[in-house]
Amino acid sequence: MSLKKHVKLGLSALALSVSLHTVAAEDPIKVGILHSLSGTMAISESTLKDTMLMLIEQQNAKGGVLGRKLEPVVVDPASNWPLFAEKARELLAKDKVDVIFGNWTSVSRKSVLPVVEELNGLLFYPVQYEGEESSENVFYTGAAPNQQAIPAVDYLMNEVGVERWVLAGTDYVYPRTTNKILETYLKAKGVSSDDIMINYTPFGHSNWQSIVADIKKFGSAGKKTAVVSTINGDANVPFYRELANQGIDAADIPVVAFSVGEQELSGIDTAPLVGHLAAWNYFMSVDNDANYDFIDAWVAYTGKEDAVTNDPMEAHYIGFNMYIEAVKKAGTTDVDAVKDAIIGVTVPNLTGGYATMMPNHHITKPVLIGEIQDNGQFSVVWETPSTVVGDAWSDYLPGSKDLISDWRKPLKCGNFNVVTGTCGGKSDVAAN
Amino acid sequence: MSIARWLRRLILACLLLVPALATAQVADADAQQLLTALAESSFAGKKAVIGRIAGSGDERARRWLEAFADNKLARLESSGRFVIVLSNRGRNWTLADALTGEPLGEVSRRDVDTIRINNSLRNELTSVLSVLDLKSPDPASRLAAARALRGKVDEGLAERLPGLMADESAPAVHQALEEALAIYRVAEQGDVQAVATLSGSLNSEARAALRNATASDDPVLAQAATRALERIEQKLKLNRAAETLYFGLSLGSVLVLAAIGLAITFGVMGVINMAHGELIMLGAYTTWGMQQLLPGQPGLALILAIPAGFLVAALAGIAIERTVIQHLKGRPLETLLATFGVSLILQQLVRTVISPLNRTVVTPDWMSGSVMINEALSLTLNRMVVIGFALVVFAGLMLIMRRTRLGLEVRAVTQNRAMARAMGIRATRVDILTFGLGSGVAGLAGVALSQITNVGPNLGQSYIIDSFMVVVFGGVGNLWGTLLAGLSLGTINQLLEPWAGAVLAKILVLVFIILFIQKRPRGLFPQKGRAAEG
Repeated sequence: MSLKKHVKLGLSALALSVSLHTVAAEDPIKVGILHSLSGTMAISESTLKDTMLMLIEQQNAKGGVLGRKLEPVVVDPASNWPLFAEKARELLAKDKVDVIFGNWTSVSRKSVLPVVEELNGLLFYPVQYEGEESSENVFYTGAAPNQQAIPAVDYLMNEVGVERWVLAGTDYVYPRTTNKILETYLKAKGVSSDDIMINYTPFGHSNWQSIVADIKKFGSAGKKTAVVSTINGDANVPFYRELANQGIDAADIPVVAFSVGEQELSGIDTAPLVGHLAAWNYFMSVDNDANYDFIDAWVAYTGKEDAVTNDPMEAHYIGFNMYIEAVKKAGTTDVDAVKDAIIGVTVPNLTGGYATMMPNHHITKPVLIGEIQDNGQFSVVWETPSTVVGDAWSDYLPGSKDLISDWRKPLKCGNFNVVTGTCGGKSDVAAN
Repeated sequence: MSIARWLRRLILACLLLVPALATAQVADADAQQLLTALAESSFAGKKAVIGRIAGSGDERARRWLEAFADNKLARLESSGRFVIVLSNRGRNWTLADALTGEPLGEVSRRDVDTIRINNSLRNELTSVLSVLDLKSPDPASRLAAARALRGKVDEGLAERLPGLMADESAPAVHQALEEALAIYRVAEQGDVQAVATLSGSLNSEARAALRNATASDDPVLAQAATRALERIEQKLKLNRAAETLYFGLSLGSVLVLAAIGLAITFGVMGVINMAHGELIMLGAYTTWGMQQLLPGQPGLALILAIPAGFLVAALAGIAIERTVIQHLKGRPLETLLATFGVSLILQQLVRTVISPLNRTVVTPDWMSGSVMINEALSLTLNRMVVIGFALVVFAGLMLIMRRTRLGLEVRAVTQNRAMARAMGIRATRVDILTFGLGSGVAGLAGVALSQITNVGPNLGQSYIIDSFMVVVFGGVGNLWGTLLAGLSLGTINQLLEPWAGAVLAKILVLVFIILFIQKRPRGLFPQKGRAAEG
């Protein structure tokens, strides 16, 4: 073979590799969306899927990121917890997605956790949860208990003067852990155990008559009483209906809820509920231009004039923008680089402030207390003076009060015990 | 004395002293200034401004305060104009000027700044407004106002109450005012005479006042209060027992409604239909559909939904019978699996065609709220209607099964199919009609359930287990058994719930049924005779 031919071959090989390289650069960034579109959770999760699709569409209209378009990969885990893990594996191993936005309910997150850790994926979880977990691969954009439950109880105690407490919840891990934290917290504040009533009901409970009558009885002891509700999902509708029918209004016994948002209220006539409370980090009624723009875009995207926005949607909005910023900062979608880059990233939230990703993979959020109005919206009556940093490990549980989480080098540990100076290892197990 | 209480006293005094309230109007500039103060104060400051507005004697003050209480008093960001929000749904709100009342049409929500209110302010406003209401010509609003005053009376008002009571013609209002005054006297002055007035009262404010009085230093007062409290507690116990019974009956009637259709398809025909719950769901969605067709008339729509829900569910039931069940006759296991598949298909169909989200079914006015028997016992209206409806449906079914040709044929076919056919009864036609009837009744249950639970794709799932439980407990093939089983299981559940909790109560009821079935495998009312052997 002549030298000329060699050079020619070499050049063409070079050209080929260059063209291959440019093809790779134009490859879309794959965004996995892991939300149930069928089964019981479809009621809450299907709107989050649409939110993600809208955010991706908007970002693509702006030209994508790093010159690459974003491409959504939607799967349906069908409200089935083991299927969540399978679908996550499918997204990471088969579809090779760069990031996953998804899950609702802690049990689904716990089922996905080992998969994203094993395959080194990225998961953004947008719903409020009970804490006691910090994974290197998960970013918690929903509220931890200290960003929702504790400030709400503080508000009731200090501003409303509540002395007697009903902790009512659905019977699963989030309400049980939250109520355990709240009970310890209340007792630490000097509330006697006679003034605390705890009640659990099954999922989808619809016959609230005797429980509401019990609450009424408990509240007639002459001390100001409030209900702290971790009742989940659509069981709230018959609960509130029964409250109204039995003539309990917010002036007598206010109910503060952690799982009732605009979406839940859209299925119910809210006139009898006026004045009952909810604690979130976002309300659709927040008077802010960024929020109004988001609502306009959402109404346009869904084509429904009465479409509502809610807190987990804002969490996805924040999480998505943080991911985009982190990718820009890292200059790549490589998982480890993004993981390092995202800590400290600050993006605007929809309530007129900023959210920062903290080293424990939780974000800063303002806490808002809203009262239900007759149009199905909340009117903000109180908010924390500044944003609150999410705390992965509650200070009010015996096993977790000494733990901290910091995913920066050199510590890189999700459950570092500050007393013993050791790292516990697994992400959701408290170190001893 | 706290500033807040002092202020309230001032407000109440002002209100009662200003008889010219209905005629005067302050200048618009002053009004604008008052409202600006309301808009810009903190929650604590707003209390004082409310007093100034109420005391201004302006005839529009009441409208402003009511709008404020409803979260409907607002200011336009662009012009600083004060407005009253007439409709606050969607992104554009309908407004009227607060000062002139002139309609302003629709304005974007971005421009409207609602003046914030919270519960404690709203509470304050109610007592301010209820003092105004005490002079209302309508006895019902006077009664509500007088009741709202209990526990909120202060010195200024206490002096004027005897005068108001003397003018009062309605005995109920008079009594409420008397109680309000007595609560004040017991709490603030330790008046032993007033304890007598409260001794029959079931009001919680009255009880709270008495309970505090039992700890009083005055032994006479403490003793009188203790005795009065004991009497009240006894009365309360009776009322609570009545209440629990009502709760039990109402849960029972829901169970009966859900199960009675199944008592026909499963009990009489012997078909295990796992899609029964979805037929209930179809009935509930029909109610929603009717309300969409007749906007603004939820009551009429609900009544029309009764025949419509029956028809929709009956047709769906007949379709299931023709396409699936008839081919699996005598193979219960396959029927169970096939109808379970049908139930999943129906659920997902509703999710895809209508929406995975729950639908709002409006409760008409005549079904919301409760009937107050006395202050400790009120019976919720929606439940009461459901109890009545369940009984009517049961009576109707009984009539059909006992008094009509169809009922006779159904009983003949189920007792001895071959013999009935030999007598010239078209067994297939009877099968279709029976299954249609059972399914239609499930649809009726759906119409009723739409008033007390969520209308969503999962509605049926929560009732299918309960329905089978009731039918088996009552004795398969016996409608009376279903009625009795439903009502008694409902009552047992409600008796257990207060001390066992909802989860454990449900488990205990299931354990009870398992034990019961061990003892009497054929349920409460076993079928007798040869039919039972087959």
